[in-house]
Amino acid sequence: MGKLLTIAIGSAFINNVVLSQFLGICPFLGVSKKVKTAAGMGSAVVFVITLASAVTSLIYRFLLVPLNITYLQTIVFILVIAALVQFVEMFLKKKVVSLYNALGVYLPLITTNCAVLGVALKNVQNSYGFVESVVNGFAVSVGFLVSIVIMAGIREKIEYNNVPKAFKGTPIVLVTAGLMAIAFFGFSGLK
Amino acid sequence: MSKVIERLYNGIIKENPTLVLMLGMCPTLAVTTSAINGVGMGLTTTVVLVMSNLLISMLRKVIPDSVRIPAFIVIIASFVTIVQLLLQAYIPSLYDALGIYIPLIVVNCIILGRAEAYASKNKVIPSVFDGIGMGLGFTLGLTLIGIVREVLGAGSVFGFKFIPEDFPTLTIFILAPGAFFVLAVLTAAMNKIKLSSGKGGNAVECDESMCAGCTMTGCRGRSVK
Repeated sequence: MGKLLTIAIGSAFINNVVLSQFLGICPFLGVSKKVKTAAGMGSAVVFVITLASAVTSLIYRFLLVPLNITYLQTIVFILVIAALVQFVEMFLKKKVVSLYNALGVYLPLITTNCAVLGVALKNVQNSYGFVESVVNGFAVSVGFLVSIVIMAGIREKIEYNNVPKAFKGTPIVLVTAGLMAIAFFGFSGLK
Repeated sequence: MSKVIERLYNGIIKENPTLVLMLGMCPTLAVTTSAINGVGMGLTTTVVLVMSNLLISMLRKVIPDSVRIPAFIVIIASFVTIVQLLLQAYIPSLYDALGIYIPLIVVNCIILGRAEAYASKNKVIPSVFDGIGMGLGFTLGLTLIGIVREVLGAGSVFGFKFIPEDFPTLTIFILAPGAFFVLAVLTAAMNKIKLSSGKGGNAVECDESMCAGCTMTGCRGRSVK
């Protein structure tokens, strides 16, 4: 239990996926204009990464290791993730319409989110078991959700500020991200 | 011949993936803690990009349109795996420095973007040079950011230390926040150049179009409001 908690806090805050690992920068910069869409994107990422960590962990353990083809992990994982996202989208559309309406538009955007593949590879690299992989995936994506929502909240306020002309748009968002990254350094005291 | 030079110019200057199109941001920010890492990542990506452009262009009439994206992803992932194994065997220092970002080249927007936008529609030779141009443009961007961060953060260039040992350096620039700050100033400088040259008029806005390169496989006309 203590080990799982260490993994969870470490992945969610100390080594925040966006602000210290630089994974998933694209949605972080692109879909963070409004808190509502940011929360939608973040929730979809939590859903997909948790599921993908579980599936890739099982595939690695029961398919790639016994067949001795672990060197194919990159190819297998990216295909599994792409197929999984498609499948989740179809399943939600048919069976859980309310959830589909909330997350649907964000799902296809996630396939190429490098955080998903990054988490799957990290799980293997750290030789996490099934439970640890799922906890790690969940924690990483919660870290993503937290940082993208904070970023969207700040950006809604930046709208009213007088930003120098050259810094309008992407540059000021990057400066904000840098300041957030400094703030997140504070969490390393938790170690 | 003119086509070849046009492709190289397009990739390195006109549509520079890092500085103009702002694609492949994850490796750009993550591995540029030193100039040499920037060069290593850039060249590794270039190799994958050239090989995938070559193969995709050769197979462009064989791959059915409806399954082209999965086919491209498999081709790219195969080359990434090959390059990863080669690096592990022959340049282990670079392999250790780049770590998890080598397999993550698979999801680098630039590679899939060029496959979809250029290699799948054009002949082999221009496609190869498109890959070389784009790859060198990416390498140039990464090296530039790497040099700035290494000079400010460690007081050295390509590992060569030029300030005295006990002189304080701005360590924050080789840590995570420094990556954001350096890229912010670089893009602001690009905006300034664009604004003063009069072309384009408005500054680069961070909207869906910036993310379009990454997510082009998924968007298919749907946009996030």
